[in-house]
Amino acid sequence: MTSRHTHTKRIEGLDKNVWVAFTSLAADPSVVNLGQGFPDIPPPSYVKEALAQAASVDKMNQYTRGFGHPSLVKALSQVYGKVYERQIDPLKEILVTVGGYGSLFSTMQGLVEDGDEVIIIEPFFDCYVPMVRMAGAKPVLIPLRLKSGKKTVTSADWFLDPDELSSKFSSKTKAIIINTPTILSGRDELQMIADLCIKHDTLCFTTLPGMWDRTITISSAGKTFSVTGWKLGWSIGPEHLMRHLQTVMQNTIYTCPTPLQEAVAQGLQHNFELMGQPECYFSSLAEELEGKRDRMAAFLQEAGMPPVIPEGGYFMLVDVTPLNQDLSHMVQDEAYDYKFVKWMIKEKKLAAIPVTAFVGEESKKQFEKYIRLCFIKVNAKKLPVANQRKHTALPKVLG
Amino acid sequence: MSRQLQARRTAWLEFTQLAADHRAVNLGQGFPDFSPPTFIQEALREALSGGYQMHQYTRVFGHPPLVRILAKFFGRIVGREIDPFEDVLVTAGAYQALFCAFQALIEEGDEVILVEPFFDCYQPMVELAGGKTVHVSLRPSQKVEGSGVPSSGDWVLSPEELASKFNPRTKAIVINTPNNPLGKVYKTEELQVIADLCVRHDVLCISDEVYEWLTYDGNKHVKIASLPGMWERTVTIGSAGKTFSATGWKLGWAISSVHNMKNLKIIHLGSVYQCPTATQEAVARGFEREYELFGTPESYFQQLPAMLHQKREKLASCLGAAGLQPVMPEGGYFMIADISSVKVDLSDQSTEDEPKDFTFVKWLTKEKGLATMPVSTFYSPEHRREFSQYVRFCFVKEDSTLNAAEDILRKWSQTQ
Repeated sequence: MTSRHTHTKRIEGLDKNVWVAFTSLAADPSVVNLGQGFPDIPPPSYVKEALAQAASVDKMNQYTRGFGHPSLVKALSQVYGKVYERQIDPLKEILVTVGGYGSLFSTMQGLVEDGDEVIIIEPFFDCYVPMVRMAGAKPVLIPLRLKSGKKTVTSADWFLDPDELSSKFSSKTKAIIINTPTILSGRDELQMIADLCIKHDTLCFTTLPGMWDRTITISSAGKTFSVTGWKLGWSIGPEHLMRHLQTVMQNTIYTCPTPLQEAVAQGLQHNFELMGQPECYFSSLAEELEGKRDRMAAFLQEAGMPPVIPEGGYFMLVDVTPLNQDLSHMVQDEAYDYKFVKWMIKEKKLAAIPVTAFVGEESKKQFEKYIRLCFIKVNAKKLPVANQRKHTALPKVLG
Repeated sequence: MSRQLQARRTAWLEFTQLAADHRAVNLGQGFPDFSPPTFIQEALREALSGGYQMHQYTRVFGHPPLVRILAKFFGRIVGREIDPFEDVLVTAGAYQALFCAFQALIEEGDEVILVEPFFDCYQPMVELAGGKTVHVSLRPSQKVEGSGVPSSGDWVLSPEELASKFNPRTKAIVINTPNNPLGKVYKTEELQVIADLCVRHDVLCISDEVYEWLTYDGNKHVKIASLPGMWERTVTIGSAGKTFSATGWKLGWAISSVHNMKNLKIIHLGSVYQCPTATQEAVARGFEREYELFGTPESYFQQLPAMLHQKREKLASCLGAAGLQPVMPEGGYFMIADISSVKVDLSDQSTEDEPKDFTFVKWLTKEKGLATMPVSTFYSPEHRREFSQYVRFCFVKEDSTLNAAEDILRKWSQTQ
């Protein structure tokens, strides 16, 4: 076979992917999967019905508007208009994409150039770094640091050092990526970031008062309505930035599936009317998850593994140091948490995700005793079983 | 990336808007206005009422039932074992498969040969990947007077001209068969000429075969990947949207040998990550049904082209009566027609420097309420002038739409 046809430079070194590595390990039905972030609870029935209905309309099975199905962008402009308290133009300030992922990609490709720098806060959703690199730019990483001396740690105890953050901005800095809610969601910190963005004329992928003109906000139908398998997301921002994302869309995917967009539009419409009320799915889901979060945190604490109680999102980081698990028999050149998770899947039939997948090389030591668990899972079966499994690890520590 | 690129396809947006503004009978954009077949709609309904997994993430590179049936289905056609997990990637439409192929395989400075007329997205995609496009045109060969309606089969490549486009910087050639907009279905001999050049010059082939089931008049679709020496160097691209008349589902695939596919997968991972689960499940079931019925009269892949065959004939005769000269397509969704002999004075209509076909399309939309697409948009800027006397019609429409078009054309021909 021909030897000159190897990969292109833009994908150099991007072949490793934590999900591809761990999803197949966790797919074994005997493994309790608290790894990848998707619910195993059903989405709200009106959302599923909306899709079935949309698919039965002829027109809904054919191409729709490239930048977003009209009824969907309209619903998005209403919902987010209310959230941001501003008028959002559905045609110029919104782009519908293949998942939040597709929005990240369109943003990176549309706004980040060769030679730019992009600041990423560790731990970060793992795709940010390869996407920045694929756009020809350089990721500049800054870790969240833990305030010491706390008994119960919450995500609020992790902070960004203001001086350290300020030092990461340079004349080449194009953008900073924020992911919230997750570990970072304190208002003061977001304001500090905003101030630096304005000072250095940097784009910021989040939104705060005064930040509209330089921010792209990315969101997901999959996470909003517990339908990760629908792979629909959107970006919202000012026209002068959004039109570059739209150009990327025109030249990569062109348009998103119609019936899925129609169904999400209906789901948003339904909840828009309920916003602020307890029946609104945006509130009721959060409430349901708070309960699950507390249960998981409780049993982890009982098992002697300090969790980082999250203020938002559906993941929890857990420090496995107290287990003192000896993994010297695992000889691969991998961080401790990668080995721990593989060991845990094999020996304890419990899957999680290693947190060093979400940090750069230099921060690996700081994070390699942490694993990530997802708690948007059905009450009845998973959590108690996971609990038991963790308990069996305890005797080793205590005895 | 986008800084270098102007917003492409403004022509499309402009014409689609014009068609909407004038409530024109729309034979412009390429999608059916009839419903997808019942069995595929059923398949989606069933998928949606499946377990919770149907609404959550599936395998990144393609939902297992879908990649398995695609491997089996196409393996049978090309006569080789296709590995569902190594050789197949499911994408957000054939469009994204094209994007992955260019990004994965084309490097800064590579040359890519595009055969004109070509689906217009290839050009910007090659440029986005840092590549340089080289164009070679299909040309109507000289026909004997009175030998019947011209056919897309008359449009051919000159082997010498094609060979002259290959050089050490050539990385790939893109072919589209059946072709949009022309409708040409490449014969084995024609593909063999291309294949020989690819092998001799160690060049890749990106073969866009989205209309593969739509061939007429007994023409057979041939997969260039099945020719000797071509499997390892061809990325074959397909579309569920065109296969099952459900363009709005935006699902497609790329199939090639693993050493190409592993690179397309990386692009996919970094751009879209994965495709919706439920639609993949439904398409899998659609293909499973077609696998069993393949070659029989109940197969949708027989029924759809049979239905379209008639529509194509009807449209061609109406166009002829109105003074246009259609080129009968051997395959695909579209028919082009020569407007040179049309008796209408457009000299006051055209804006400066506008190609003739653009002016004609606008006039036809505004004055006659019939929307089409100018064919010169499918040509490189260098060749646009040479081929600006054709417009493109989509005939994959309901009878009522085609009847409305027929009325317009008949009335128009009566005024001439």
